Amino acid sequence: MSGNHSSSVISARVRHVEALLEQRGLLEGGEIDRRIDEFAAGGTPANGARVVARAWIDPGFAERLLTDANAALPELGLSMSGGLQEQRLKVVANSAEEHNVVVCTLCSCYPIALLGPSPGWYKSEAYRSRVVRDPRGVLAEFGVELPAATRISVWDASAESRYMVLPRRPEGTGSLSEEELAGLVTRKGLIGTALV
Amino acid sequence: MSRINDVGGMAGFPPIAEEPDEPRFHADWEAHVFALNSALIRRGIYNLDEFRDAQERLPVQEYLAASYYERWFAAITTLLREKGIATAEELAGTDEHAH
Repeated sequence: MSGNHSSSVISARVRHVEALLEQRGLLEGGEIDRRIDEFAAGGTPANGARVVARAWIDPGFAERLLTDANAALPELGLSMSGGLQEQRLKVVANSAEEHNVVVCTLCSCYPIALLGPSPGWYKSEAYRSRVVRDPRGVLAEFGVELPAATRISVWDASAESRYMVLPRRPEGTGSLSEEELAGLVTRKGLIGTALV
Repeated sequence: MSRINDVGGMAGFPPIAEEPDEPRFHADWEAHVFALNSALIRRGIYNLDEFRDAQERLPVQEYLAASYYERWFAAITTLLREKGIATAEELAGTDEHAH
């Protein structure tokens, strides 16, 4: 990781390139700050949590979501466009027989338009290299102990296809509202390194 | 041909480390690199596949030594040079005629 010294060096280099591009008319003044603000106001795991909660209480929505997530997301005012070209999203549902977990072995592909930036561990070589070889061991390190009979499917994301996990609804949550259900869902649950 | 980014199944990396309360970006410059890349792609200077390729063909030692957004910045400057937008000297700020 970068220390303070190298951080200030690269910081100056980035500012220099920005200024150069502004001079050449390839960036507008203030454009970078505007884009940073837009991004900060964009995707967060709360979006994914809303999708999951709706799928838990509305079987029709769950079916549409699992069939064609891109077509179902607008029902909640969400999309996978996020400014650049729209990316395909496939939602994979956990069940008693199967647990799903998502990775991008080649880089860091992730449904960023929907969920915001991915956590550092998702982008690390450590996670990317191992979860495809020893998913059960990696999940155990995250505290997810699955019965030996539970099959684990690892989904390797790409530039064109992104994945999100639909966790199983926890038992004893029958009386919770949709909003309360959404509050149970974590980013790791949406990636598959947590049960919910 | 397999490149250094193709790490699926590879052994020998350190343990997976989670960072509690991880911020969106660890430094202001990382947010700037993120925004700069999306601005250049939207302007059509290069596309997302070219951006990924530029990271993946970084020299292996540089790729492994760089942090996530350092790789992004290296890819951005590589593409700006290759597309004829600016020379390496201009991008590094070592060109005395730049200002």
